[in-house]
Amino acid sequence: MTRFIGLGQLRKLGILGMNRRNIEFIARYNPRSLYPLVDDKLKTKVLARKYGIPVPELYFSMREQHRVRDLAGLLENLEGFAVKPARGSGGKGILIIKESGPNAYIKSSGAAITLNDLKRHVSNILGGLYSLAGTPDAAIVEELIHCDDIFADYSWEGVPDIRIIVFQGYPVMAMLRLTTRVSDGKANLHQGAVGVGLDISDGKIINAVQYSRPIERHPDTNKAFDLVRVPGWREILRLASCCYEMTGLGYIGADIVLDKKRGPVLLELNARPGLNIQLANGGGLVPRLRVVEDLKKKHAAPEDRVRFAVETFWRMRPCGNES
Amino acid sequence: MTSRIFFHIIVLCLIVTGLATLWARHNQTGIPLLPGDQTTVWLIEARVDFVAHGGTVTVTLDIPDDPPGFVILSEQTASPGYGFSVINENGNRRGEWTIRNAEGPQTLYYKVEVAPQTIPRQKRDDPPPQLFDVYWNEPEALAANQLLAAAHSMSSTPESMTRELIKLLAEPSANQNAALLLAETPLVPLLVKLLNYARIPTRIVAGLYLEDGRRNQQLREMIEVYTNGGWVLFNPVTGYQGIPENFFLWNLEGQSLLDVSGGESSQTRFAMLQRSISTIQLAQETMKDSGFALLGVHKLPVEEQNLLRILLLLPVGALVLVFMRIIVGVKTSGTFMPILIALSFLQTTLLPGLVSFIAIVSFGLLLRGYLSNLNLLLVARISTIVVIVVFIVIFFSLFGYQLGFNTGMTVTFFPIIIIAWTIERMSILWEDEGPWEVFVQGAGSLLVAVLAYLLMQWRVTQHLTFHFPEINLIVVALIMLMGNYTGYRLFELRRFSSLRRISRS
Repeated sequence: MTRFIGLGQLRKLGILGMNRRNIEFIARYNPRSLYPLVDDKLKTKVLARKYGIPVPELYFSMREQHRVRDLAGLLENLEGFAVKPARGSGGKGILIIKESGPNAYIKSSGAAITLNDLKRHVSNILGGLYSLAGTPDAAIVEELIHCDDIFADYSWEGVPDIRIIVFQGYPVMAMLRLTTRVSDGKANLHQGAVGVGLDISDGKIINAVQYSRPIERHPDTNKAFDLVRVPGWREILRLASCCYEMTGLGYIGADIVLDKKRGPVLLELNARPGLNIQLANGGGLVPRLRVVEDLKKKHAAPEDRVRFAVETFWRMRPCGNES
Repeated sequence: MTSRIFFHIIVLCLIVTGLATLWARHNQTGIPLLPGDQTTVWLIEARVDFVAHGGTVTVTLDIPDDPPGFVILSEQTASPGYGFSVINENGNRRGEWTIRNAEGPQTLYYKVEVAPQTIPRQKRDDPPPQLFDVYWNEPEALAANQLLAAAHSMSSTPESMTRELIKLLAEPSANQNAALLLAETPLVPLLVKLLNYARIPTRIVAGLYLEDGRRNQQLREMIEVYTNGGWVLFNPVTGYQGIPENFFLWNLEGQSLLDVSGGESSQTRFAMLQRSISTIQLAQETMKDSGFALLGVHKLPVEEQNLLRILLLLPVGALVLVFMRIIVGVKTSGTFMPILIALSFLQTTLLPGLVSFIAIVSFGLLLRGYLSNLNLLLVARISTIVVIVVFIVIFFSLFGYQLGFNTGMTVTFFPIIIIAWTIERMSILWEDEGPWEVFVQGAGSLLVAVLAYLLMQWRVTQHLTFHFPEINLIVVALIMLMGNYTGYRLFELRRFSSLRRISRS
């Protein structure tokens, strides 16, 4: 078996390549000046609240090394929480504490760490260990997301998130990212997380891939990808669509998680979303992006854009997956 | 869309200008487009530096008269304010610079262009030399006699005698006589003294090993032995007999190289540059004075020419990098790191360069692993790595030197700061993405570096970029065109290969 796909086939599928993404979409629709809004999770959070988009509740944030001393006091009454670098990328530096005991904090993997471990981690975040250019950063401590039961058997240690590509306010493609043992609880596809293509019109599973190879069952829980249909799909799409007004960025990836109690919550936004979503969907982005680009009159309300996307892209689903 | 058209007009203009200039230069100056039928010409520059006292200054420099194996094509001097003339002292030419009043640091240039001689010449008909009297003190005389007796017993001719003597002196630890004599007199004068003592006329000569692009060279001393009516050259260290390839004899008569009156702290350094000249151009060399000659790089001093040569190769490296990243999709660590590595490969040559680069980076990664436990801030961490890399490089050069590789020293050409950043990035990559990703990016960087190196050291590329700098307009146009390429990368054909089954069904 050769390991290459023909140029013609790629074109026919409408796969978006790295060069085209950079020149025709990111450079054209994402003004550089707006990047900080999405690169800094703290800014995204503030902005999202202003636009009524649900985000994980912020307990506190810190920017100065000397405040690390107060950590124990600040964390005193918190049951579980997540520590994140404000400007991290690719899930680096995220620490999930699901339980806090008197002398120890229990990570999502079950391992216990001490207060000093936690302090060092926060101090590393402030020093810029996980930030994009190694610049000093802020640490965010926020509410823990409780995984919706529907995904309970589909993830290993982490919370699965839904990545939706939003182009000029229209949700064009979606993918569910499931954490695995090899991905170390992170939802990064190239680290071994499972990417599950979702039908943009109804949230049904199309296709699952790990390391670009199709799989039938989750590698750790062994659960087959057959039944799931993401609940509250329209609401998730609407939420993603609202991010366009919120940031002004024309080509973004919105990462949304389903919380057991709160429903869909916006986790973060990405101004340079990756291309692997096409592998999970078994189809290309280009035809859909062109449909939106060619629209004479864009819809003003997020609800209308979602309706348009659902109706239009339902017809553009990759062939062979109708059943 | 107007911006598109504008862009294409710019690209077209660049290409047309480049090609037109190239063609015009080719026609006017007769520089061939390809480095074919050419003669190698060496441009040797002697640079005299001294500090003038503030009065009249006379500087005389011994200049080549009739170097064996070479023909002198042209001579030039650059010395603002100085009068220059060539004086002839008993058949030995010296360049003399004079000035009425000079103060402070002074720099004088003497440039000579020589071409290797293909037809071997007859022996130089020098006048038979005079032996000079040699005086030793008593222990020395004893040692010298014993040493000469040993060499004499193992030889049959003056040449073999010289070789044996050099061999004996090369191992002073094995021979007490040699050790004693060498303690008093340096090797070269000692050899001359000993051979004269043995009634074999001998003199010191000095010359240069011609190597392309060398700067800050000193003259190497050799000895010449008069036998059978001619002079025979010997390397005083190795005993090699005859004139080595590309060895240019500068100073024949054993005269002083440089005399400065009215100044101090004088020194002479040599730089040399290889140049390919077509046979036609060789003839024109002296008389051409077109506009292109003024604009060309050939009028510059040799040192500056060397810098420009490397500078002019950079765009070609950038072209390779852009191609590999945008069209092929190779991942490299650090955007321009591969080009800089390729440039240092030009100095170290490929294999030693590759080996030492990988060794330095792996060693640095190892040490960086310990650093990460110290929780240093970024700038301090990088700076620490810079210092570590400096140490590693010095260690490798010394190690290589001790092992007898001359290439050992060339590792100092590696861009230290870039290597430090590479180590830092790879180490972070290792922690974040695992060793596989480090391997992928490292291999990608080296692949691009090797390809860029291969293209940059290709004779045709060097010829074109150096003699036709306008070719870089075309290079930049190509780079700009690729910057607009929105098609698939070669590696994406593989990345999306699992989609084949879908497109089939």
